[in-house]
Amino acid sequence: MQFETVIGLEVHLQLATQSKIFSGSATTFGAEPNTQASAVDLAMPGMLPVLNERAVRYAVMFGLGIGADIGRRSVFDRKNYFYPDLPKGYQISQFSDPIVGRGTFEIHLEDGSTREIGITRAHLEEDAGKSLHEDFQGASGIDLNRAGTPLLEIVTEPDIRSAEEAVAYLKALHSLVTYLGISDGNMAEGSMRCDINISLRAAGSDTLGTRAEIKNVNSFRFVEKAIQHEIERQSDILEDGGKVVQETRLYDADRNETRPMRSKEVANDYRYFPEPDLLPVVLDEAFIEELRASLPELPREKRARFVSDYGLGDYDAGVLAASRALADYFEAVASEAGDAKIAANWVQVELLGRLNRDERDITDCPVPAAQLAQLIQRILDNSISGKIAKQVFEAMWNGEGDADSIIAAKGLQQVSDSGELEAMVEAVIADNPGQVEQYRAADEGKRKKLVGFFVGQVMKVSKGQANPQMVNQLLAEKLG
Amino acid sequence: MHDQTVAQLARALRDKQFSSLELTEHLLRRIGQLDGQLNSFITVTDEQALDAARRADEALASGRAGPLTGVPIAHKDIFCTRGVRTSCGSRMLDNFVPPYDATVVRQLSDAGTVSLGKTNMDEFAMGSSNENSYYGPVKNPWNAALVPGGSSGGSAAAVAAGLVPAATGTDTGGSIRQPAAFCGITGLKPTYGRVSRLGMVAYASSLDQGGPMARSAEDCALLLNAMAGHDPADSTSTRRDVPDYCADLERPLDGLRIGLPKEYFGEGLNAATGECIQAALKELESQGATLVEVELPNSQLTIPTYYIIAPAEASTNLSRYDGVRYGHRCADPQDLHDLYTRTREEGFGDEVKRRILVGTYALSAGYYDAYYKKAQQARRLIRDDFLACFESVDIIAGPTTPGPAFGIGEKTADPVAMYLEDVYTLAVNLAGLPGMSVPAGFVDGKPVGLQLIGQHFDEGRLLNVAHRFQQVTDWHNRTPELAGGTA
Amino acid sequence: MSDTPSSSPCVDREEIEKIAELARIRIAADQSDEVASRITRILGMFDTLQAADTEGVAPMANPLDATQALRPDTVTEGNRRDDFQAIAPAVENGLYLVPKVIE
Repeated sequence: MQFETVIGLEVHLQLATQSKIFSGSATTFGAEPNTQASAVDLAMPGMLPVLNERAVRYAVMFGLGIGADIGRRSVFDRKNYFYPDLPKGYQISQFSDPIVGRGTFEIHLEDGSTREIGITRAHLEEDAGKSLHEDFQGASGIDLNRAGTPLLEIVTEPDIRSAEEAVAYLKALHSLVTYLGISDGNMAEGSMRCDINISLRAAGSDTLGTRAEIKNVNSFRFVEKAIQHEIERQSDILEDGGKVVQETRLYDADRNETRPMRSKEVANDYRYFPEPDLLPVVLDEAFIEELRASLPELPREKRARFVSDYGLGDYDAGVLAASRALADYFEAVASEAGDAKIAANWVQVELLGRLNRDERDITDCPVPAAQLAQLIQRILDNSISGKIAKQVFEAMWNGEGDADSIIAAKGLQQVSDSGELEAMVEAVIADNPGQVEQYRAADEGKRKKLVGFFVGQVMKVSKGQANPQMVNQLLAEKLG
Repeated sequence: MHDQTVAQLARALRDKQFSSLELTEHLLRRIGQLDGQLNSFITVTDEQALDAARRADEALASGRAGPLTGVPIAHKDIFCTRGVRTSCGSRMLDNFVPPYDATVVRQLSDAGTVSLGKTNMDEFAMGSSNENSYYGPVKNPWNAALVPGGSSGGSAAAVAAGLVPAATGTDTGGSIRQPAAFCGITGLKPTYGRVSRLGMVAYASSLDQGGPMARSAEDCALLLNAMAGHDPADSTSTRRDVPDYCADLERPLDGLRIGLPKEYFGEGLNAATGECIQAALKELESQGATLVEVELPNSQLTIPTYYIIAPAEASTNLSRYDGVRYGHRCADPQDLHDLYTRTREEGFGDEVKRRILVGTYALSAGYYDAYYKKAQQARRLIRDDFLACFESVDIIAGPTTPGPAFGIGEKTADPVAMYLEDVYTLAVNLAGLPGMSVPAGFVDGKPVGLQLIGQHFDEGRLLNVAHRFQQVTDWHNRTPELAGGTA
Repeated sequence: MSDTPSSSPCVDREEIEKIAELARIRIAADQSDEVASRITRILGMFDTLQAADTEGVAPMANPLDATQALRPDTVTEGNRRDDFQAIAPAVENGLYLVPKVIE
């Protein structure tokens, strides 16, 4: 049987505020346990929440960034359940009147196609603390530093059809929120966590199947694997004539499998009702327009500009515009080097390749943009060949200096002295009489192929430093 | 000294008739002698009180004294006090010593008052008789067989008995006004948002409001001057400026229009209580006020609306008492579920559990629209009734309670009978209006309270009317035998 | 509008136990009938409300129809862990201890 996969994602995005959403505690990651938990965060008797203005601004910026409806009047609700990492016994969230309403999100897939993913809503809420299970015989330890960190929960329509689309959506979302500067997007530190709602249905059917929810997946790769595993699990069940159970599951990265969560009740009754300690948040037009005017150039705008201004292909433009830091880097290299296409190629192939290999981010790239631009200039002015340039780049990466000093120190300057080159060409011709004979006997078409041998030999003799255009020209003359 | 008002004591302190230390020592002695019979205090803070009195005396000596410097007060044990156990009348918080002060506590301390301790109350402010306290019932100083009212019963009894000239209270459905009426003192519930709720243990967040309880309207005005004001740490606290509540106390009542809701004078009102109220109204009329009958057509919705909204909010406000971070924790929990359920079973009393269950029920899936949402709609109708009345009258008056104080144990068997005691006070909280109870006579030696209800933020007018009334009546000056006086 | 419960709702023992579980309050087995009957009595008060016409009335959460003020995003709270944990029932290495949490 052919199945279609139906996926909706809920992303919990930590907003990059200094203080918590309802208290004046710091939100710094990695502090000693419970040193960033105030009386409000600990739900001490009589403590009350007061809403952080920046959290509101960031949520509205996100809404504007996806062209969504902004809730002119949004309301906080209490979501009631008992859990030790939830000190009040309820989470302050938004239920019926979220701050961000419907919007859409465009994703680009590897095959060059694009898809629109509907955003149902995005709402503000507070994060919970953490339960630590190690080191306390029979007990768990509760750290409430994270409790009250502002979250924006971004919910999609069930518009996603594959693991690839899910990852593309998450990457695009990551790109948008880091462009906006509303989140550091640091997945390893939990700044972006994903719940996956996934179900299968017979291909062509328009009714939804029973879904499973996979909680708290915190990397692009795990999202991909969890979805792939869950598709397999559910299709096995359905093919055997079984029924998928609606439940919450956890993805276990070590075993690459999902398993049911034991702690969540099957039918939790959250008893949402308006939080009486907070009042409705009413936003006026001036507030919204001020934020709209302050928005930076967003990924899709930048991507379009890279295509129109630099003549890049849409895919390449998308790769370079994916993060603000990378886009800024590329633009700095392009403007200093004076050739955007070569700059794009170098950033995309050499630089990103090297970063990936070392698992580093563009923000801690050891080669500054100005240095890469200088290297590209040396290719453009024929001081070095593209091949030598890669060697110079490797040295730059290892901190051996800038392009010019490495070229000088290693004597990598391209040989463009016609006398010197002529001598090399003549020596190669003299050393390879067989090939010369073959070449001379061949027709025009074959000659083009055979000349490569001689070029290669000259390059070898010159240790790669011979100017390839001049070598070609000399060979054409000498071989006749 | 103990029969004087706050205003008189403050004057005497400034005139050096006696020191704050002498006054404080005197009242602490009285508490030691008399409170065994009343049980109005949960905690008496002798040492802190004596220290504060000494500091007040220094301020008085150096001329830095304000209108309340050196005046002893007491706080309802719902207000968090740094370093002093704040039990909220519950076993759940029997061991809870907050590392912070409620805003109200700080304001009154900054004003130079001397806190003698923490007064008894119905557990988590849920009750109308002070019989729901983990620390035992409070006795009415006028008759030890009677309840003092609740939930601020300890504050009311302590003031009436002359153990302290004034005390703080909180009022969610009548918890300042009803015990004030039962004990023959003056109590004011301000407009919702006028006094900060920070550090006041929450019962029902959208209804709770702290306020003063004292012998006279003038005393309430003096205390409210210190308690009112915007608190940036309480989102529901208003930004409106605070007027001087003492400024208009003497204003004549000529032209004042007083609305009398016919629903407050009908069936259910004790006849003798009604007579006291009518006599009080005549007194106001003779001072130039006009009495106008008004209607509150949605009055019959008040009790069900309140008893959905308050328990619903309470059911989740009290979820934080889970035995993890502070307060009671059951011994030797077997697992997480056991920790929660046993801690809460042991820590909460019956009425608290009942309201948590009712509130949980009202919010639970399938019932939300029929109960909670419906109650919030009715709440708007109830408020709008008042707003409509205030288009033609300045204040509204009526009885505070249907009858005088009842006997201890008389109404504990039926929760609904107890709830009906609040029939005249609940709507004021639902509407967020200011309300007062002013002593207005006696029925069989039991005090009767006249309720005055004002427009939002019109506390000044209520205090003015009450003060003028107290200039020509002496109900508020009567003291119970236990306090050394006669009714 | 969702389903309106019939007038005079009667809460039975089983339903009380479900609600008590949601509220994490243990009710001793020999008391649940009495609790159920008392709560049924309280719910009986709500009949007049059920009968009221509230069609088209906006629910009111705050009597003053006030709106939320926003707090500037500044850190105003320092580390007071020692103060807070001095009153905690069980702590170790700065963590609050609870019986093992199972996910």
